[in-house]
Amino acid sequence: MSDKANGPMVRFEKVTKRYGALTVLDALDLEIAPNEKVSIIGPSGSGKTTVLRMLMTLERINDGVIHVDGEPLTHMQKGGGLVPADERHLRRVRGKIGMVFQHFNLFPHMSALKNCIEAPVNVLDLPRKEAEARAAELLDMVGLGDKKGHFPSQLSGGQQQRVAIARALAMRPKVMLFDEVTSALDPELVGEVLNVIRRLGTEHNLTMLMVTHQMGFAREFSDRVCFFYGGRICEQGTPDELFGSPRQERTKQFLSAVLEAG
Amino acid sequence: MALRTLAVCAIVCFAAGLSVASFASFREFLPGLLQGALVTIEITIGGCVLAVLVAVPAALAKMYGPRPVRWLAVGYIEIFRGTSALVQLFWLFFVLPHFGILLEPLTVAILALGLNVGAYGAEVVRGAVSAVPRGQWEATVALNMPRTLALRRIILPQALVAMIPPWGNLFIELLKATALVSLITITDLAFKAQQMNQITFKTLQIFTIVLVFYLAISTVITAGMRALENWAARGLARGRQ
Ligand SMILES: Nc1ncnc2c1ncn2[C@@H]1O[C@H](COP(=O)(O)OP(=O)(O)OP(=O)(O)O)[C@@H](O)[C@H]1O
Ligand SMILES: [Mg+2]
Repeated sequence: MSDKANGPMVRFEKVTKRYGALTVLDALDLEIAPNEKVSIIGPSGSGKTTVLRMLMTLERINDGVIHVDGEPLTHMQKGGGLVPADERHLRRVRGKIGMVFQHFNLFPHMSALKNCIEAPVNVLDLPRKEAEARAAELLDMVGLGDKKGHFPSQLSGGQQQRVAIARALAMRPKVMLFDEVTSALDPELVGEVLNVIRRLGTEHNLTMLMVTHQMGFAREFSDRVCFFYGGRICEQGTPDELFGSPRQERTKQFLSAVLEAG
Repeated sequence: MALRTLAVCAIVCFAAGLSVASFASFREFLPGLLQGALVTIEITIGGCVLAVLVAVPAALAKMYGPRPVRWLAVGYIEIFRGTSALVQLFWLFFVLPHFGILLEPLTVAILALGLNVGAYGAEVVRGAVSAVPRGQWEATVALNMPRTLALRRIILPQALVAMIPPWGNLFIELLKATALVSLITITDLAFKAQQMNQITFKTLQIFTIVLVFYLAISTVITAGMRALENWAARGLARGRQ
């Protein structure tokens, strides 16, 4: 039990992911402490999205084990050893994780409020009244208290993404994953979404793992930044270390290229 | 769209008016043909309901079922798409009795046409379900929904909108295929017309009325499907004028 209380919230242990002959992640080790905010940066194709998708169980891993909140996610205990997790085990552990996608993935046939109560009512078995009250609270928090009845097609990209954040929070996850959640937005809408994430960071007890191209935000918001290159963590450290005095040549190259691009 | 409905209605009214006005013998044929039309409508409705009832599970079984169930679904779809409706009709009517299964002609008609159209319908359902963006499935995983719940609440409602127009086509195909059932002793609209024609030789009158009847039924199907489509799209379409 003490292990669960003090141990990492997420732990990748020698996790390997291959697509055919292509090794996308190579024996990745990564630990994230409870409540820690970690940003993942790196060039296109370096495996950033894959890390989040494996943790969300959207991809199977080929080797290694992922642990969440003190228990294996991808595997389960059986006969003294670890065997690949079955659907029931996955569903139990996965419930601790929520994810926000680049393209929102809201349910287009449901209003903002319905998007936020569908899973709480049908998966967590919350009474509808309670789920609605909580969803309304969350939509208020993301600044959409007046848009509860709107359908996704009636909302701007920034508003849709904020609904998606509220929808994920409605499942009361311990870990939140963000995959380039502002990349699909017009520049003037980026700020409102980042503000919501900022509030989450200070007002909620959440472990957050985000893939981002917003270097300014990563520097200001994260406790730690990981620079991915070729399916490995090439360098990691506090934002000041990584952005202020990067040690690896590749990190320097990447950062100067990104800064040049604006 | 409204224009087309209007045009169809106009043609129907015109033809109906023409029949009433210019054929004195209209009254003479109407009751008999109406009787035949009722049989045609009965088989059409029964066949359409059966088609939908088999198409949805067949499609889902083919897509998500465990292997033996998937094979069963594939077998059904391929057999009923790959052979003609006429042969299926004959097979159920003339071959099944050899195995001790004797069915009413009307039952055979509904079974054969329903299963035949259901096989095409299964592919329509499958296409519409696979056209739902992958991100929707991924969102249901991220919200920890079981697959059946995701399918029922998230995927199928979105697929429904896309599958309604092709279903409309299939229903009209089924209506037209009902003309085959006279070959298993059923007196449907087309057969009734032939019978009357052989007795009275009033070919023009009889077959004009029959034409109008078929057109009227298919117009009702088309209008019904359009209404259904609007209903199913009500959420999706909101805000997108
Ligand atoms: N389904 C797949 N099949 C085959 N290869 C894949 C698949 N998904 C990802 N890859 C490959 O895995 C590698 C890592 O992909 P990933 O999406 O994790 O990169 P990324 O770091 O998120 O890049 P980006 O910044 O462009 O989003 C890439 O080379 C990609 O082509
Ligand atoms: Mg990516």
